[in-house]
Amino acid sequence: MYLKAIHQNCSGCGACRLACAIANFNEVRPARALLTIEGRFPGPGDYRIHLCDQCGACAEACPEGAIAQVDGVHRVIPERCSSCMTCVDACPYGVMMALPGDQTPSKCTRCGECAAICPREAIAVVETRESAR
Amino acid sequence: MKKNKFLYGYSGWILRVDLTHGEVRKEPLDEDLAQRYLGGRGFVAKLLFDELPPGIDPFSAENLLVIATGPLSGHLLPSSGKTHFGTKSPATGGYADSNMGGHFGPALKYAGQDVLVLSGRAARPSYLLIDDQKAEIRPAQHLWGQGALSAEKQLKTEVGEDFQVLTIGPAGEHRVRYACISHDFGRQAGRTGIGAVLGSKNIKAIAVRGSGSLPVPDVAEAFAAGKEAFRKVSEKTGFKAWTPEGTAGITNWCNEVGVFPTRNFKTSFAGHSARINGKAVLERLKITDKGCYCCPTPCGKYGHTKTRMGEAYVEGPEYETIALFGGNCLLPSIEEVAYANYLCDELGIDTISAGAVISWAIECFEKGLIAESRIGRPIAFADLESVAYLLRRIAVRDGIGDLLAEGVKRAAREIGQGSECFAIHVKGLEWTGYETRNAPAMMLAYMTADVGAHHSRAWVLGHDLAGAWTSVHDLISSGRGGAKQPPAVIRPECARYVIDSQHTRPLFDALGVCRLQYMELGFEEHHYETLFHRITGRKLSWDEMLGISERIWNLTRVISIREIPGFGRAWDYPPARFYSEPIPDGPSAGYFLSKEKLDQLLDWYYQARGWDANGIPTRATLLRCGLPEAAEAIGAM
Repeated sequence: MYLKAIHQNCSGCGACRLACAIANFNEVRPARALLTIEGRFPGPGDYRIHLCDQCGACAEACPEGAIAQVDGVHRVIPERCSSCMTCVDACPYGVMMALPGDQTPSKCTRCGECAAICPREAIAVVETRESAR
Repeated sequence: MKKNKFLYGYSGWILRVDLTHGEVRKEPLDEDLAQRYLGGRGFVAKLLFDELPPGIDPFSAENLLVIATGPLSGHLLPSSGKTHFGTKSPATGGYADSNMGGHFGPALKYAGQDVLVLSGRAARPSYLLIDDQKAEIRPAQHLWGQGALSAEKQLKTEVGEDFQVLTIGPAGEHRVRYACISHDFGRQAGRTGIGAVLGSKNIKAIAVRGSGSLPVPDVAEAFAAGKEAFRKVSEKTGFKAWTPEGTAGITNWCNEVGVFPTRNFKTSFAGHSARINGKAVLERLKITDKGCYCCPTPCGKYGHTKTRMGEAYVEGPEYETIALFGGNCLLPSIEEVAYANYLCDELGIDTISAGAVISWAIECFEKGLIAESRIGRPIAFADLESVAYLLRRIAVRDGIGDLLAEGVKRAAREIGQGSECFAIHVKGLEWTGYETRNAPAMMLAYMTADVGAHHSRAWVLGHDLAGAWTSVHDLISSGRGGAKQPPAVIRPECARYVIDSQHTRPLFDALGVCRLQYMELGFEEHHYETLFHRITGRKLSWDEMLGISERIWNLTRVISIREIPGFGRAWDYPPARFYSEPIPDGPSAGYFLSKEKLDQLLDWYYQARGWDANGIPTRATLLRCGLPEAAEAIGAM
């Protein structure tokens, strides 16, 4: 499964970010969310959802081989990570996160909680990465 | 400083900013305050009661501006984005509060404080920046004079797009008594002149960014309760039906049942409602739905309008703006209503009071009570140029704007000649979007709302027009209601309906969540009991929460008694138009409530509340509500 952003459905409420942080870090702390919502105001007056589609650019960029694909999900292997944060710069969507206080970057685990909580079906779960584009 | 570790749900801190001395300090949130007043509106009322020097001018440095979140603000549940603002009102001189949605309150909590208290006055135009633990007062000369929307954009560009920003416009800087505080390019704490108080403190903006976490007893249980609430609310019949048009969707119903303010509340039906309703917003303006924090049913419709006077991006118009500019000022199209909405947002003026003030001024002009020479041009209903001309002068108190910036009560006092009869307000706060001469309970709700003529405290049109409480969506979609003759003998139950609603709706303002899911969709109260328990670790029944809401209600009454000399029953009447002029046409033609009926309603209301015949809470009532200090303050008998 893959996550697909349906931007025009998004109202910027941020429930997805809060659910993400709770599910992945066990904290009521949206600053640790692994996806972002960009509100473009006053014009053009819309929202853009930035999330991971497991494209693997982070893994390709990692000089340590510290990002491995497991069941279609790219995961950071902390013991291999040198904290160079090359992957953060390499992410085309800006969602490889260097979170304050963390030694290693964090990324989407494809847990699906963002899609599950979204009341507007702005994040869909699809079968293939191609259809998530 | 040791934080109270048992205050789950809260951040646990109050941030105090002394603008006169440029000092910032934090203090722990008092556990007793949290338990007895919950948060939001409760915190505002208690802090104002305790700390506001009695009898001060609202624009003096001694006035306080309290910004408070609630225990549920910022947590995962439907619509947890509410922030409450309170002060001594420039509009009424009494207790004032106003709230807004958006994202500011949650950010304030994530930054580590539940409450922000501003005191004193900055020596020069400034803004306050809160970045987690850092809080500092910064110069804002470069923002002063800018529109509220423009200043928000500029400040976000300067400090970061991830900051949540509040701003005032020129109206706040010029102390227009109904200036608002703006946020997120379209949300406002609109009422009671909150923005003018911020302006009087020389504060143009507040920017906050928070990266912290909120404590809950068990994250998994709170998460499960939140997800269940989202799932359950999505099952309500109104869930999908409400969102497309939001509050604008009730325009047709209000018009058809004859409660739509029209031509300065002269009548209650507008023939052009199809051109200014929710469908028009959808088809002619909307770009996107724009939601407050964690809101599954966003009221905000963000769009673009084009008129002969210009074009603009604007959030809205929502129902109240449609009622006051589309109905009361008779603007003929949704594009023109939206442009007036945009002007108000940029100038930093409450659209409700502005629409009421302008419609009053136009009626005065038509009657020859304000001369063209004083205004500077002819003004007319159904004319966007008249509206824009007046708004721009009001915002900077230029010419006629200086008079109108005072609000209808003060302006009518100066103009005289009977203009007080159609200056539509209670306590000095202009009336909102429901004409109630055919609705005795709703009339009583307006008369007794603590901040003045605002529907936010009680909305009981369902009782008046359909005979029972029902969610707004169910009421409208069922086609119930309709212009019904008010009972020849008005019933004592009216008072009970109003009081129940005055405890229920403001309870959400204390919890820090939007009431829409409950009121408009009928989302059941037991969900809030569960969420409150999972988030705070404290078990409170709905009835216990309502008891706290009653405590807050009595306290806000006491604040106004303390602040306004002679305050009492005389402050609880509508203007004479509403008890002496029958509605001239439309579905409610011929209806009005006589002064005798209003007196009867007030008598029942005071009795049911445990207040005396002058509307003063008795000592026994205040003690029953756990307010001995309030009884002492007013020498209650």
